[in-house]
Amino acid sequence: MEFGLSEEQTLLQDSVSRFLKDNVTLDAVREVAAGDTSDANIWRGLADLGIAGLIIPEAQGGVGLGMLEAVVVSEALGYHIAPSPFISSAIVAPTVLLAAGHTDKLGDIAAGNLRVGVAFSEAIGARLDAGVHISDDALTGKLLFAFDAHADAYLVNGPNREIFWVDASTTGLTRRSLTTIDKTRTICELQFNKANAVPISEDAEVMQAGIDAGRMVQAADSLGAAQAMLDQAVAYAMQRKQFNRVIASFQAVKHLCAEMASQLEPCRSLVWYGGHALSEQTADARLTVCHANAHLSEVAQFVAKTSTEVHGGMGFTDLVGLHYWFKRIGANRQLLGSPEAVREEAARLQNLID
Amino acid sequence: MDLSYGPTFDAFREEVRTFIATHKDQQPKHGAGPKSEEARSWQATLIKNGYHSRTIPKAYGGFGAEPDIIKSRIIAEEFSAAQMNTGFSGQGISMLTPVLLEMGTESQKQQFIEKTIHGDIIWCQGYSEPGAGSDLASLTTKAELDGDEWVINGQKIWTSTAHISDWIFCLVRTEPEAPKHQGISFLLFKMDTPGIEVRPLVDMTGSANFNEVFFTDVRVPKDQIVGQRGQGWQVANAILGHERGSLAPPDAAMTRLNGVIRLMREETVAGERVIDNPIFRDRLLKLQGRVLAMQYNDMRLLSAKINKQTDTQLAGMVVKLIGTELRHEIECLGIDVMGEIGISYEDNPYLRGNGSWQYQYMYFLGLIIGGGTSQIQKNIISERGLGMPKEPKIATVGA
Ligand SMILES: Cc1cc2nc3c(=O)[nH]c(=O)nc-3n(C[C@H](O)[C@H](O)[C@H](O)COP(=O)(O)OP(=O)(O)OC[C@H]3O[C@@H](n4cnc5c(N)ncnc54)[C@H](O)[C@@H]3O)c2cc1C
Repeated sequence: MEFGLSEEQTLLQDSVSRFLKDNVTLDAVREVAAGDTSDANIWRGLADLGIAGLIIPEAQGGVGLGMLEAVVVSEALGYHIAPSPFISSAIVAPTVLLAAGHTDKLGDIAAGNLRVGVAFSEAIGARLDAGVHISDDALTGKLLFAFDAHADAYLVNGPNREIFWVDASTTGLTRRSLTTIDKTRTICELQFNKANAVPISEDAEVMQAGIDAGRMVQAADSLGAAQAMLDQAVAYAMQRKQFNRVIASFQAVKHLCAEMASQLEPCRSLVWYGGHALSEQTADARLTVCHANAHLSEVAQFVAKTSTEVHGGMGFTDLVGLHYWFKRIGANRQLLGSPEAVREEAARLQNLID
Repeated sequence: MDLSYGPTFDAFREEVRTFIATHKDQQPKHGAGPKSEEARSWQATLIKNGYHSRTIPKAYGGFGAEPDIIKSRIIAEEFSAAQMNTGFSGQGISMLTPVLLEMGTESQKQQFIEKTIHGDIIWCQGYSEPGAGSDLASLTTKAELDGDEWVINGQKIWTSTAHISDWIFCLVRTEPEAPKHQGISFLLFKMDTPGIEVRPLVDMTGSANFNEVFFTDVRVPKDQIVGQRGQGWQVANAILGHERGSLAPPDAAMTRLNGVIRLMREETVAGERVIDNPIFRDRLLKLQGRVLAMQYNDMRLLSAKINKQTDTQLAGMVVKLIGTELRHEIECLGIDVMGEIGISYEDNPYLRGNGSWQYQYMYFLGLIIGGGTSQIQKNIISERGLGMPKEPKIATVGA
């Protein structure tokens, strides 16, 4: 029995972390956030490390690893708030395409040459008047809050949890960037006017597989981001002095940090198990994913607030940049389903709701 | 990640299941006291078959198996799944026995361990005093050597089970001149020694589970000490480690949470099942996620023990804090889903679950305080887990 990361998995996390530490500094994040540059270079670098094809089988040009490796990488990306389309292009899209048996695009995705965005928000919980209808394999309508404003193509949901492939350059598709609090990643609105769409799947289970995988790495992203905020809080508290002593010596501050650590540390095990459960397709995999996602939303939100408080006024400034983590955690909480919605799904999976 | 225990362990699990199936009806009835013949004979059966005191050497009355964490875990899992009585617990078994095995003299092991695990000696833990709770090392109950005997004077408080105990393991000050952590000794003595007075304290649940214990010229043989004179603090800390993690096991929390689910399916408000109320449901699901995290945290700790991983220090430190607070909240939800029925107590005919929801709700508040309060846990986590500065330590007693 061994519960934890293997040597290979630890090495993988270390090598991704090293790349991110060198290449995704806070200054680099600021440039992307300000719109001075896109995340393309970072994604190129990650793709060269194999991250774009992490869960794509070797036969299709990927690395052929599983969801436990995916959460391990995602945690590192969250820790460094890396701007990248990892969740959509490397996780949700390959999961969907593999489940649907559409393997022709996987090689380009794995190489990092084809970025696939994901627009499933309406299948998870439609807001406003969003939604599309289909006639003659052409889509009309609009989809909100799609992942990745720079994607080359999108997987989009139809009215009944079908999935279509739409090239970003297709006639009849207009893409509009939607500014969100989280400027480390991009979100957009897709407007369709008889846009050509390739049917990928009519099976709701295929979409669910994609959503589950996305929620799992999202939970890991929040874990990493929250861990970074905790580490920064402790480090700041150890050097900031008030009343002639470091603020880390005040018990109120110590207890805030202890509370963050106590809530966060068990999350690591939950996230690891969730990745493992998805890889092995265990009977409790979906339930675990829901819980991991919702629980990390709550804990990371608490850490985001508390870490900021430990930093005092400095935490509230743009200067230290803590807010990038705060906002990433805030976005993770809502995208792919709010914790309330995800917990309702967990209730349904256990037949607690008729 | 390999969560299987492997084929040899599958066979072992079968063995445990067979034992459970063939012995289920020999369990003592609910409420059979620790001194009852029923309970004692069940305890003997458990030990004889290796389901209690499994790794305690045969020479000291145990089963004498090699330590095997997975086998112990399988036993715990199967007994819990079948809701089998797991035999005696208590501070003598969970705290004193491990310390005697580690630090006791051969004759202490011979004298106490077998009798303790078979329930012939019930122990209480005499640490806390009116002036020494969280700051335990400032305790002032003193023991002075007079010939071949210690003479003990002072007072303990919050001493669980003292009113039914045969012996006490007790921290006393033997070197009043030494710095406060170095002047303490760990003594063992009989509770019927002249000069001991036990006054039960009724706790908030309505029962008297703990006591005040007064010592007036209590004379105890000189050799009834564990470790050296002045080393009592180290001895006690070795046991506190044994105690903390076991106060709030996550599997038990999940069992209680499943009990809440049953309640929510059964109880109705204005004809509507509570489980159909989205507000209560969300509270339930939130707690379920938190318990799951603690269960996998526990698995990580188990794996670390088996595979000698070393990065789990923090994961271990948080168990008492999170586990007891979580359990308190689970019991609280159990009460809340019942509404007015939830305040029923004692002989109220509408009582659910034998009154366990209210009882455990209060009991776990006791565990949040006992065994090192939540605030003390946070001190430990921030200092030893996160490397933050230590609280100022006062080196002398009563300063
Ligand atoms: C159900 C129950 C069973 C018990 N059984 C036993 C037993 O069998 N044997 C035994 O010896 N003892 C027993 N105890 C005693 C228990 O160990 C003490 O109650 C506990 O250590 C707290 O000490 P105290 O009650 O004196 O509270 P205090 O130490 O006075 O604490 C009061 C408050 O001050 C806070 N506080 C104190 N010091 C600090 C600090 N440094 N930093 C921050 N906050 C602080 C505490 O967290 C708490 O909130 C039991 C207690 C309970 C509730």
